[in-house]
Amino acid sequence: MTNLEKVISRYREPLETYPLDLMVEWKKNHPSRKLIGCYPVYTPAELIHAGGMIPVGVIGGGNRLEIAHADSRFQSFVCSIVKSTLELGMVGRLDFLDGIVFHSICDPARNLGSVFKRNFPRLMVEYIHFPQNMTSRHTVDYLTAEYRRLKTSYEQVAGRPITDDDIRQSLSVYNQQRKLLRELYAIRAEKPQNLSTVESYILTRIGTILPAEEHIAILEESLGEIRQRNEKPKDRIKVVLEGSFCEQPPLELIEGLEAAGCYILDDDFLVGYRFFTQDVPLEGDPIRNLAESYINRSVFSGVKHDSREPKSKHLIDRFKETGAAAVMILAAKFCEPALFDYALYKRALETAGIPHLYLEFEEKMWIFDKARSEVETFVESMLFD
Amino acid sequence: MAQTGTAEKTQYQGQMHLLQKEIMGRYFERLTRAAEQGDGKAVYMLISGNPVELVHAFDMIPVYPEINALQLAVKKVALPFIQKAEEIGYSMDNCAYVKADVGMFLGDRKTPFATIPLPSLILCNYVGCNVYLQWFEHLAENCNGEIYNLDVPFLREPSGVPSQQDVEYVVRQLEEVIEACERLTGKKLDWAKFRKIVALSGETGELWSKIKALTKNVPSPYDAYFDSVTMMAPLYCLRGTEDGLRFFETALTEMEEKVRMGTGPLPEERFRFVIEGPPPWPYLKTFRDMFSKWGAVAVASTYSTVGGLWEFGFKHDANRPLESIAQHMLQWNVTNRNFLQRYEQIKRYVNEWSANALVIHSVKSCRLFSAGQGDMREYFTKELDLPTLLIESDIEDPRYFSEAQLKNRIDAFFESLEHKKLVRGGTA
Ligand code: SF4
Ligand code: SF4
Repeated sequence: MTNLEKVISRYREPLETYPLDLMVEWKKNHPSRKLIGCYPVYTPAELIHAGGMIPVGVIGGGNRLEIAHADSRFQSFVCSIVKSTLELGMVGRLDFLDGIVFHSICDPARNLGSVFKRNFPRLMVEYIHFPQNMTSRHTVDYLTAEYRRLKTSYEQVAGRPITDDDIRQSLSVYNQQRKLLRELYAIRAEKPQNLSTVESYILTRIGTILPAEEHIAILEESLGEIRQRNEKPKDRIKVVLEGSFCEQPPLELIEGLEAAGCYILDDDFLVGYRFFTQDVPLEGDPIRNLAESYINRSVFSGVKHDSREPKSKHLIDRFKETGAAAVMILAAKFCEPALFDYALYKRALETAGIPHLYLEFEEKMWIFDKARSEVETFVESMLFD
Repeated sequence: MAQTGTAEKTQYQGQMHLLQKEIMGRYFERLTRAAEQGDGKAVYMLISGNPVELVHAFDMIPVYPEINALQLAVKKVALPFIQKAEEIGYSMDNCAYVKADVGMFLGDRKTPFATIPLPSLILCNYVGCNVYLQWFEHLAENCNGEIYNLDVPFLREPSGVPSQQDVEYVVRQLEEVIEACERLTGKKLDWAKFRKIVALSGETGELWSKIKALTKNVPSPYDAYFDSVTMMAPLYCLRGTEDGLRFFETALTEMEEKVRMGTGPLPEERFRFVIEGPPPWPYLKTFRDMFSKWGAVAVASTYSTVGGLWEFGFKHDANRPLESIAQHMLQWNVTNRNFLQRYEQIKRYVNEWSANALVIHSVKSCRLFSAGQGDMREYFTKELDLPTLLIESDIEDPRYFSEAQLKNRIDAFFESLEHKKLVRGGTA
């Protein structure tokens, strides 16, 4: 067994059941360390890390968790992840956390933050308002101030001040993590036969949970092995996938999509963990640098509305850069941002003559036949056209 | 007994209604003139915490796609537009306000109430609702229009008030909006005129807040949900104008008169409730009748504070025009307040407006309002022991209004309240 295979077999099962249990175990061996849960999509993890705390991605409840309480708080027309996150809290599966942070990604997630505050008074519940004005001269100042406010809040949980040097140190850790993830994605874009999407997904997802240093070590080792691979490409169509930036599909679905006849060259799974196109600069004011990176060096996403350029342009650019043959939209059911984006993507893709397939998923889904057969039909129509 | 009675007459036509028709008619004519004859420049904006004062200061025309959507629903012509939007890729699960408006926008923009002009500026005042950002993003793409996202930080500090930095950030952006309007109109901002408009807005808000306080009376002189609707359009479209001010003066006088006479919207006020959530526009009258037959009057509503929350003491200040507009956008409207602040707002209504029930109207389209209302119900029933009813339909899409089901739920609720009232000996 290669190291990579070991990693996959070590983590696949926890990821398919209760990923957070990995940190419940960890916490038992590190009782004094503080853990802060991070709701998707993007969070400035550096600020948590700089306080000696561990950011832990709380990214839904998967398909094993039974929703027994949360569905009386959030209606049937709200996406799964909002309900499963609340359920995790209500059944005590978030008890190991000292705090949790939500973001201005959509209305349900925002209200969830308030509901958490009321139902779990023990937790520090933070909420980051990310700016949606990307053209103002004052946005960087705003976000810098927002991060400073957050820092103060984290300092209280950490029980110690967070210095600029602490933050610089954390920036370099996360720069390294993001750089390695970019490399992972570059391999898939270039030689998808050498790294399956589900492998790359697992390698990325564990980084949302484990301490960053541990994740970096795993990535470095795995990348070394992946670079040695030399598989023969199969007769599959190449696609880029978009729409799964927040709630996450089950591993089996991700696997099934590829097995149905395509290579996914790029995707937006867990995109918040690969949010920057370049390193965050270390010189100067580190908080400002982090804020400025959000405005000027972050990737596009369904929850960031940048009026400088249409979203569909980014998607089409990515399609062209990777040399894909089609686009696959994989949107979480009831995810308002993803569903709205689709209306724009659809028109832009049709205008540009780019074939696309639209699918919806839910994290709690169990049956994948329908999705799989839709992909198969789509692939066949492309291969034999 | 009330439960067997037919719907009570709820229509009250006073001077204010005639005036409302007149001034709103003029407003819609102005829209049509701009659309058809190029007379005037339109600024698209959103209702929540709108900075309409700035738009008036440049003699530009405020156009609210939300009012378009609302009017289409009220006039029962929204569905074909919604379906048109769904045909081109919008989901069943997207906010139907957006779908109705986009469906209309992509056609000739003619509606039963006005022809909607194309925008000179798409001013996305992002106050609370995340869907706003996408709605205006889509409109901008559809007409290649100039867009400015005026980013208003959500209230997220435990104190419930915006930080100095947040206020500063909004003020700086308002200055950028001024630059854009100056460029688009070729005119410099006339600060004296602007201050005057802000002063008028302050007076208007004060009148509105007095009108809202009147529903503390027993009986309440009007229904703070169904009748407030008449007053909301002038509040958003004409706040800061003489017309708007005159309307609210008339409304206050009439309502005070009703208080003196001891009359209300129904022959008998038997229940006083607070209502949370937007109304079902396509079936407003039907919905109203479901409450009227029980003698139930809404004495306060969160929906009437979407555009601004004046009844807790806020007033625009002409001496600090930009700061007070920023305060309005940040703090003094329901949409930019967090969900728990909304609980507090409702609690205050229940106590100060002497209500004996809470009705939560959960609408699928608007997750800003609805997501998590089950927790709200939990809070009011379990923690505050307040009879609370949660019902579901939609703000815009007529396909989600299930009349029989709503009627059953509402009847059962008031029946049980009635029973409690009897047990307690006649007082609710
Ligand atoms: S899946 Fe979509 S709607 Fe649900 S919380 Fe995430 S961004 Fe919001
Ligand atoms: S979600 Fe609600 S507030 Fe937002 S646009 Fe739709 S109806 Fe309006």
